[in-house]
Amino acid sequence: MTTTQTTPEITGNRIKKYLEKGKRFDGRALDEFRNIQIETGVSKNAEGSARVKLGKTEVLVGVKMDVGTPYPDSPNKGNLMVTAELLPLSSPRFENGPPKFPAIELGRVLDRCVRESHFIDIEKLCIKEGEKVWTVFIDVYSLNDDGNLLDAAGIGIIAALKDARIPKYDEETEKVLYGELSDANIPLSKNIPLSLTIHKIGKEFVVDPTREEEDVGETRVTIGSSNGKISSMQKGEEQKLTIEEMGKVLDINDKVWKDVFKKIEGQLK
Amino acid sequence: MAIKREDGRKVDEIRPISAKVGIIPNADGSAMYQSGKTIAIAAVYGPREHHPRNQRNPAKGTLRCDYNMLSFSVTERIRPGPNRRATEISKITEWALAPVVMLEDYPGMVVDVHIHMTQADAGTRCAGINAAAMALAHAGIPMKNIVSSIAIGKLDKTIVADLNKHEEDFEEGEGATDIPITMTPDGEITHIQLDGTIDKEQLKEAIEMARKVSKEIYEVQKKALKDVGEGK
Amino acid sequence: MTEENQRKVVIPGEVLAKGDEFLLGEGTQKKGNGEIISIRYGLLEESNNLIKVIPLSGAYQPRRGNVVIGKVEEITFNGWVIDIGSAERAFLSLTEVPRYVNKDGLDEVMDVGDMVTSKIWSINKRGIDLSIKSRGLGKIDEGILFNVNPNKVPRVIGKEGSMINLIKTNTGCNITVGQNGLIWIKGDLIEDELLAKNSILFVTEKSFISGLTEEVEKWFKENKIRGDKK
Repeated sequence: MTTTQTTPEITGNRIKKYLEKGKRFDGRALDEFRNIQIETGVSKNAEGSARVKLGKTEVLVGVKMDVGTPYPDSPNKGNLMVTAELLPLSSPRFENGPPKFPAIELGRVLDRCVRESHFIDIEKLCIKEGEKVWTVFIDVYSLNDDGNLLDAAGIGIIAALKDARIPKYDEETEKVLYGELSDANIPLSKNIPLSLTIHKIGKEFVVDPTREEEDVGETRVTIGSSNGKISSMQKGEEQKLTIEEMGKVLDINDKVWKDVFKKIEGQLK
Repeated sequence: MAIKREDGRKVDEIRPISAKVGIIPNADGSAMYQSGKTIAIAAVYGPREHHPRNQRNPAKGTLRCDYNMLSFSVTERIRPGPNRRATEISKITEWALAPVVMLEDYPGMVVDVHIHMTQADAGTRCAGINAAAMALAHAGIPMKNIVSSIAIGKLDKTIVADLNKHEEDFEEGEGATDIPITMTPDGEITHIQLDGTIDKEQLKEAIEMARKVSKEIYEVQKKALKDVGEGK
Repeated sequence: MTEENQRKVVIPGEVLAKGDEFLLGEGTQKKGNGEIISIRYGLLEESNNLIKVIPLSGAYQPRRGNVVIGKVEEITFNGWVIDIGSAERAFLSLTEVPRYVNKDGLDEVMDVGDMVTSKIWSINKRGIDLSIKSRGLGKIDEGILFNVNPNKVPRVIGKEGSMINLIKTNTGCNITVGQNGLIWIKGDLIEDELLAKNSILFVTEKSFISGLTEEVEKWFKENKIRGDKK
C-alpha cells in the first residue's frame, strides 16, 4: 500500500522533531535498544542456528560446516563465509532474485566483524595442514523487517555460532558425518564481537531504529567491537559527519555495547 | 506383508502436525506448518501492483508462488541461488492453489506467496502448500476452499501415509514410491505427482488414503485460522 | 441480529447454510448442491435470512463516497494519479479542486509524493474518480500518517462516529480515517498525536471484543498522562 514503500515525509518530519526533544514514538531513549529475544537450535539440520527478535524485526541464522581445502596463503586455517538474504517474505519492499546491495552489504559487514575480531579460532579448524580444513558457512535470512536488520543479524550470528557443534569427520572415507555431532563446539573467543549501528536522524544520533525511523535516517555507522577493540567499521548512506560527530558516535557505541551485552548475555549459551 | 515403519507409525498415520497463523507481522497473511521435522513458513503479499508490467493479466489477478529451501534446512548445505527443483515446485504450488483462489476482482494485480523451508525432513512441498493455503486465507484473498497436501508413499508393496526422509530412501523390494497429493476437503485433486513404481490399483488406494488423511490436515489448518480469532 | 461477541469466525469453503430461503450477502457463494459457503476468512453474520461474511482481512474495496488517503504518483496534463491501494487507478481531475488551477501549475498545488485526502465520487470502467471539493479534503501538510487493516476501519470509526469522536475528544487531535486504511492525525503536541495513534492501534487489536467503547475509555484513563509516560 502507499506507506509500504517508504515512510511518508510528514511522518518523517514528526520523527525528527520528536527526536530533537529527546523522544521517540515508542517511548524509548535515543540510545536504547528494543526488547531482544534469542532462541537457539531452531533449525535441526544446521550445525547451529538461532532466531533473533529485535522488537518486531526478526532474523534466522544458520551455521553449516563442511570440510574442504584451505586457501593457499593460509594452509593451517579454516575458512569462513558469511552471506545474507533479505527475503521478500519479510517485507513488501524486497524483491525476488539475486541479492541486491543491502543484502550484500549486510553479509560483508558482518563477515568483517566476525573475521577481523578473530571470534572464531580458525587455526583450530585445521584438520590436516595444507590439505583439509573446516569451512564455517553462516547464512542470515530476514524474516520480518521493522528496522535494524543488521544489528539483529549480528546478534543472531553470535548466538548461532555459540549453538553450533562440529560434526564428526571420517578421515578414512573423507566424509562429514552430518547428523552425528562431536562433543566439540566451534572454537570461539570469550570476547563477543557485537556489531552495532548508530544512525543520524535529523540532528540526533539514534540506535536500533524501527523501519520508519531508519527510512528517515541520513547516515549511519556500523561498528563491530569486542572488549573495547574495534575490528570493523562501515559508514553508510549519503550525509557527511564532522570529526566531532564521529567522536560522539564512538562514545555512543561504547555505552550501547555494554547495554546490549547485558541484555543478551543471559540468553547466549 | 506389513511394513514396520522406522518411527513406529501405522501405515495410515501421519506425523505429528502443528500450524500457526500470523507469524510475519509485515505480511498481508502468513502461516507456519510443521509435519514431523519438516517446517514450512509462508507469507502472502497482495493483491498489489504487478511487476514486470508485461506479465500483467488484464482479465484477472495473477497468483505467483515462490518456494525455496533455506541453505541450512537440509543435511548438506544448499548453495543459495537459482535452483531448478525449487523453480518446479514453485509452479506446482501455484497449480495446487489456483483452482481455489479467486482473483477476478483484481485485474492486472498480483498475489505473491513466498514459501520457505526452515527445516526439511521430506514432504516439503506438501508442507509448503499447506502453509500457503492458510496464509492466503489469512490475507483475505477470496477462496472457494482451503487445500490440504500430503505425500502418500509406497514402501515395497505397502501404501503408507506421509513418508519421512528415512522412508524416502527405502530400498527393499520395490523401493519407495513418493506420491504428493493436494486436495480440497470435498476430495477434489488440485495437485498430484508421482515418483517410483506402482500399478493402477495401488495408485487408487493411495489416493483414497490421501483423501482420508488430508481431512486431518484440514482440521488443523482450520483450527489455526480460527484460533487467531480476529486474525490480524 | 447476531451480537458482536457471538460472531463466529469462518474460513473459505466452510458451509454456512443450505436452502433457497437464504439471501446471499458479501463474502458468500452458493454451490451447485444448494450449500452456501464462505469465500472469505471473516465473521459470519446472519440477519433476517441474509447471510454474509464480514472479512477480517483483505484488500480495500473502493466505494462511492469513501474518504480515502493516498499518495500522488503521477501528474498528467489535467490532474493527478493517486495511489489509494486499489486495483483500479484513482484520478483527481483539476476540475475537482475547489479553486482555479493553472494547467502549468499542477505540481505547485500537489507534487509527486505528496499525500492527499480525497473523496471517491465515481467508480467506472476507466477507474476511480476523486474529488477534494469538500471541507477537510486536500493535500496533507503535517502530522502523522499510518496504516491499519482497512477491514478494521468501521471499528475505528464506530457507530455514527462514536469511537473516533471519543478518541478525538480525549486527544484534542484532528483525525481523518481513510476507508482504505490510511489514517492522518494532526494535533497540537506530538504526544497527543501519538496517544491518538496508539489508541487507534488498541482498537484494531481488540476489535473483536464487545464493550470496546468501555475498554477504550479505560485505556485512556491509564495512558493519558501528559508528558513522559514511560
